Amino acid sequence: MLSFENVGLRYGVGGETLRDINFQIAPRSFQFLTGPSGAGKTTLMRLIIMALPPTRGLINIFGKDTAALSNEEVAETRRGIGVVFQDFRLLDHLSVYDNVALPLRVLGREESTYRAEVTELLRWVGLGERTHALPTILSGGEKQRAAIARALISQPKLLLADEPTGNVDPTLARRILRLFVELHKAGTAVIIATHDMTLMDQYEEARRLVLADGRLHIFE
Amino acid sequence: MAVMRFWSPTRQADSDIDADAEEFPAQSALVPADSVPGRSLVIVIAIMTFLAALAANVAILVADASVDWRGDIAREATVQVRPAPGRDIEADVVTAAEAMRQTPGVREARVYAQSESEALLTPWLGEGLDLSELPTPRMIVLKLETENRPDFDRLRMELERVVPNAVLDDHHIFIERLGDMARAAVATAALVFILILAAMAVAVASATRAAVATNREIVEVLHIVGAADDFIAREFQRRFMALGFRGALIGGGGAIAFFVLAQFLAQRWRATGGGEQMEAMFGDFSVGPSGFLVILLLIGGVATLTGYLSRYIVLRHLWRLG
Ligand SMILES: Nc1ncnc2c1ncn2[C@@H]1O[C@H](COP(=O)(O)OP(=O)(O)OP(=O)(O)O)[C@@H](O)[C@H]1O
Ligand SMILES: [Mg+2]
Repeated sequence: MLSFENVGLRYGVGGETLRDINFQIAPRSFQFLTGPSGAGKTTLMRLIIMALPPTRGLINIFGKDTAALSNEEVAETRRGIGVVFQDFRLLDHLSVYDNVALPLRVLGREESTYRAEVTELLRWVGLGERTHALPTILSGGEKQRAAIARALISQPKLLLADEPTGNVDPTLARRILRLFVELHKAGTAVIIATHDMTLMDQYEEARRLVLADGRLHIFE
Repeated sequence: MAVMRFWSPTRQADSDIDADAEEFPAQSALVPADSVPGRSLVIVIAIMTFLAALAANVAILVADASVDWRGDIAREATVQVRPAPGRDIEADVVTAAEAMRQTPGVREARVYAQSESEALLTPWLGEGLDLSELPTPRMIVLKLETENRPDFDRLRMELERVVPNAVLDDHHIFIERLGDMARAAVATAALVFILILAAMAVAVASATRAAVATNREIVEVLHIVGAADDFIAREFQRRFMALGFRGALIGGGGAIAFFVLAQFLAQRWRATGGGEQMEAMFGDFSVGPSGFLVILLLIGGVATLTGYLSRYIVLRHLWRLG
């Protein structure tokens, strides 16, 4: 469902941040993306969501070459991808509820049709009490879970999470990992970027994609 | 009806959902109200709408008044009988008037008596002058039928035959001049109207660009969750249409208040007598139902225009980004 072929990326005039990246993500698969800070994990995710065009190479998502997509098709493709950003990217003027409901709103669904769905998901990630709060008053861990809920709500075909346990204690990290495993079991392909070794050790079956020196090494 | 998701509780208590139903506030707009330079835009739109309403109504007023004037003037013609050596002007006047009365299309021919003709000249010559010594021309005012206007060429020939020293004036030059002037006034008002709308459009466009810039973060997030450009543009459209409507309502309401007040003052003024000439020129200065209808249309039009314009600007901006 996702493949990179000889992808290279260069920011501005510097050297290549990523080079000769080749990999494939299968539907319903689970993988960790790891590597030292600055290795290019976030960059790789930005390439996948088409926030950035590759300097060279071919990226194929859901059977389509990303270079050939129109604005409308890019939007359509993104609706099949859930993203948890390293810096959350919640909208501060919307309540937690409205933030989480955003992908459904974008799908054109009526508020009344998803209210129960969103409320239940918020309870499931432990934000039931925070439904109407604004993100600005949430703790780091609460923001993280709100961002995760927003990525899950539409049950995307592909989920990308950038350091989803970066701001939480180990207990909460374990709970968050469980959320992703549940999602994975429900049929979503999951990519989690992290350098948290203990987190990765908790889910041994996962593939490991390791970025180092701009190249990608895969451990099945 | 909620779709079952893996996070949904397996046994769903109905009361649970009912309990949630009450405490839900309305969905927030995606483009926050305070992120748009709203107050200044509303003021600009209000002023522009007020001016546009004024221009439109001046155009209507002049156009209506000119139809009245031209109608009044076209319903009349004058015959001037000039004194000529060896002719009896009194007899000529009677003959000419009689000939006119015989002509189809002429409803009435009224002869201005010597004293009346002289009265017409007093403003120019001053009072207390004995004009009987002067060869003053005499006037016959013809009232014409509006439906069945006489054939002026025949009328002129007939007059030439019976009283060669009489001249017929059908006022057509004056009517044409008046028509030209009225058309020029209406065209000017229309041009002013269009320029005002153009200035307003420029203000809306720059406010939209500013709003897109301040909300860049929101636009990015919307893009990431898969919002199409048009979805985002519509969110801006909604916000700007609301602003446009508020501004137009204030400006249009102000224009209506202005005309109602003007009408009221005109009535008071007329009672003092000085307004009679104005009334003769512009009717009773009142903006009829068509004037108010134009203002209502203008309010709706400005709101819609503001919304669509900002949507277009946002769409174009996003298209360039992509
Ligand atoms: N917008 C940008 N412009 C220029 N260089 C950038 C930009 N974003 C990232 N980089 C550079 O690209 C490299 C990879 O950055 P990236 O954020 O992808 O790393 P990362 O693996 O996510 O790191 P971390 O684990 O700290 O989040 C870094 O050297 C960074 O300085
Ligand atoms: Mg990163």
